[in-house]
Amino acid sequence: MTEQSLSRPETRKRRLPQINPVYVLVVALILAIIVMNPAFGEPTGYMNFLKRVAALAILSAGALYVIVSGGFDLSVGSIMTLTVIGSSMLASNDPNSTYWIIPLMLGIGLVIGLVNGLVVSYLKVPSLIATLGMMITLNGVAFMWSGGAPRGYLPDTFRFFGRYNITDVPLIGILPIAVICLVVFGATLWWGMHRTNFGRMLHAAGDNPQAARLAGVPVQRVRISAFVVSALTAVLAGIILGGRAGVSVNIGSGFELQAITAAVIGGAQLLGGRGSVPAAIAGALALEAIFTLLNLLGLAQPVRLVVQGLILIGAVAFATYQRKRAGR
Amino acid sequence: MIEAPVFEMQAISKSFPGVRALHEVSFACGKGEVHALCGENGAGKSTLIKILSGVYRPDSGAVLIDGTEQHFGHPQEALLAGISVIYQEFSLLPERSVAQNLFLGREPLRNGLIDNRAMIAETRRVLELFGVRHGIAPETLVADLDVASQQMVEIAKAISLNAKVIVMDEPTAALNEAECDVLFALVDRLRASGTAIVYITHRMREVARIADRVTVLKDGEVTARFDQVPAPEMIVRAMVGRDISEYYPDPAKPDEIGADILTVSGGANHAVHDIDLTLRAGEIVGFAGLQGAGRTALAMALFGALPFTSGRVTIDGQHMDIKTPRDAIRAGIGMLPGDRKASGLVLMQSVRDNGMLTARSFARLLGGNGANRFIDLSGMDALLDRMRVRAPSYEQEMRFLSGGNQQKAIVARWLALKPKVLIFIEPTRGIDVDAKASIYHLMRDLARAGTAVMMVSSDLPEILGASDRILVMRDGRIVGEFGRSASEAELMLAATGEAAEVAA
Repeated sequence: MTEQSLSRPETRKRRLPQINPVYVLVVALILAIIVMNPAFGEPTGYMNFLKRVAALAILSAGALYVIVSGGFDLSVGSIMTLTVIGSSMLASNDPNSTYWIIPLMLGIGLVIGLVNGLVVSYLKVPSLIATLGMMITLNGVAFMWSGGAPRGYLPDTFRFFGRYNITDVPLIGILPIAVICLVVFGATLWWGMHRTNFGRMLHAAGDNPQAARLAGVPVQRVRISAFVVSALTAVLAGIILGGRAGVSVNIGSGFELQAITAAVIGGAQLLGGRGSVPAAIAGALALEAIFTLLNLLGLAQPVRLVVQGLILIGAVAFATYQRKRAGR
Repeated sequence: MIEAPVFEMQAISKSFPGVRALHEVSFACGKGEVHALCGENGAGKSTLIKILSGVYRPDSGAVLIDGTEQHFGHPQEALLAGISVIYQEFSLLPERSVAQNLFLGREPLRNGLIDNRAMIAETRRVLELFGVRHGIAPETLVADLDVASQQMVEIAKAISLNAKVIVMDEPTAALNEAECDVLFALVDRLRASGTAIVYITHRMREVARIADRVTVLKDGEVTARFDQVPAPEMIVRAMVGRDISEYYPDPAKPDEIGADILTVSGGANHAVHDIDLTLRAGEIVGFAGLQGAGRTALAMALFGALPFTSGRVTIDGQHMDIKTPRDAIRAGIGMLPGDRKASGLVLMQSVRDNGMLTARSFARLLGGNGANRFIDLSGMDALLDRMRVRAPSYEQEMRFLSGGNQQKAIVARWLALKPKVLIFIEPTRGIDVDAKASIYHLMRDLARAGTAVMMVSSDLPEILGASDRILVMRDGRIVGEFGRSASEAELMLAATGEAAEVAA
């Protein structure tokens, strides 16, 4: 056998899957939007787009931690709701309250994540059921807390993160705080997932928990940590979402599935072991870009749901097909 | 040559991304012939079989059955054409009965309902072909059968499908000696009834025992074809491309065996009892016994995966309370599981990540994943180089490597931690001849460096060839201790308990 016969197919294989298709998808969608609406190409256009997508993107990156560890977290949407409702009830329009409300909300998120993780790890409740139960519970708590009709307001200090733009920035004109949050939290989550021992253990635990345990990975603690990360990002996403949207008792509903969809579009393996934070964020961008496009085409909200469902199925089918073609 | 082969594969080529799996391979098997297919892991045996059984399509070449060319698009089509493959991983449903498994997907109907009686009668008829000693009832749940019996059910399934060709992929990998004899008798019977049998194996003794012809694959090409079974050395040379000298390394010299490293006194849990054991520096202790004799359970107990519930364990003279694998690793014990895919590897991660996994598990959680106090990335790469792990790149996903290379990568995982005790469970199962020899040398090198090595193996020649001291287990107890001059017969007697009866 000659060198050539071996090396040729190798380089071909190297090139193709190296670029995650999600990035191509995002670029294509953005170009499509610009064609339909040239204003989108202006800084104000795309900055507002990024501002709108920031909450979902951070949430997706956090949800990815649980997905890579081999589970699902359906409670994140309800954590966002609870964050917004709880903050508005506690703040009662006092601008200084933000400084203790945000740490408090993060504390609540920490506890919720711990409970999710402990229930899944030690009571052996499948994560789908455990976090579904948590979702229903938290939606109920938020509803009770608000008494059905949320009263308080979110002070501007709280809304700062989701609403405020830095203006007169050279080159790009405006820079929303939400986008800065996206970059900072996205980079942190990327670092945790792809550049730390914790991240490698997370992959191993989701890939093969038995092998990971026998290799010395503290699988249960790693899994619990994944749920904590997911819950904390849900609180952060809730704070950003609360800044730009109004206070309502179903503000976070649907976000859990959007986050999972975004992660899957980004190529995450649904049963764990594989996933990329930048790709999950790109998945969120793609999802939001599709919604924007549907809007520009004049299609209504129900169509969004239909499309989102089809995308979820399509993305998983595509990933499965690709893996099959790759050999096993 | 055979007059009219049952199946013939002509000049088959197949490539996967990055790998040329088969190049112009021709292979055929006649009626009533047992054709042994030998080759190292990664030589292309499995790919060839998957093409024959319709799992893969060849890039070029033809598959002929009874002289007519076939283009299988789906394994079901190959099955209907009379080709049955018995894979190492069985495809039986454990929670169904033997009869239900035999008729899976083709249950006989009567008045629109499944005809259980017909199913059971036919199953009984097929099982009777195996003789009466197997004791498998059609109504038994597959989960309640031992591995050998499950394999028999797989073969029965092939027979009831009127298979013209039965492919057996390393059928003895999970069998003990007595079970192997049952299998060989069955193969003889199938041969007599005119079935064409393709028999894949690494084990030369089996080839000598049952094969009519031998074809050897290496790197996706046929390197030798023998119309009679030749001397084992000829086959091995064709498989590895050279002679294997010093297959087993020299045993430890008396002065190389050092202090006691690990001792157990009165160790017990639900699976093992009255364990008294000493592992010494520089010594390889082989654990022989039948499946289920408690060897793996003992290894799991020492490693904390199924901890002892009573008894006392010391390491370097210090009492240790080992309740989890993490405790064991902290105490200096490492373990290589027998079932690599299920318990050893994280297949979607890179070779490097697999090697680093344990070191990372004991490093700072948020530490960079390139370096920690045990080993850094370049150290791991050097280790993998030294182990001669063959991979296009250490970033390659683990699942694309051959069994031998996977095993070497897990060994590297432990070497990075310099363990005091290293437990190997079935270290060479499913590994090719060349890699086997390097695993034995590696174990010896480790021992020479002062590690206490424990080896659990069902391969008696391996136990005798690689160990300094041999312990035999039966029913969860250590029942005999032998030097390496013991014979296979002595070990078998101790393992089956017949020696004890004679003594009593």
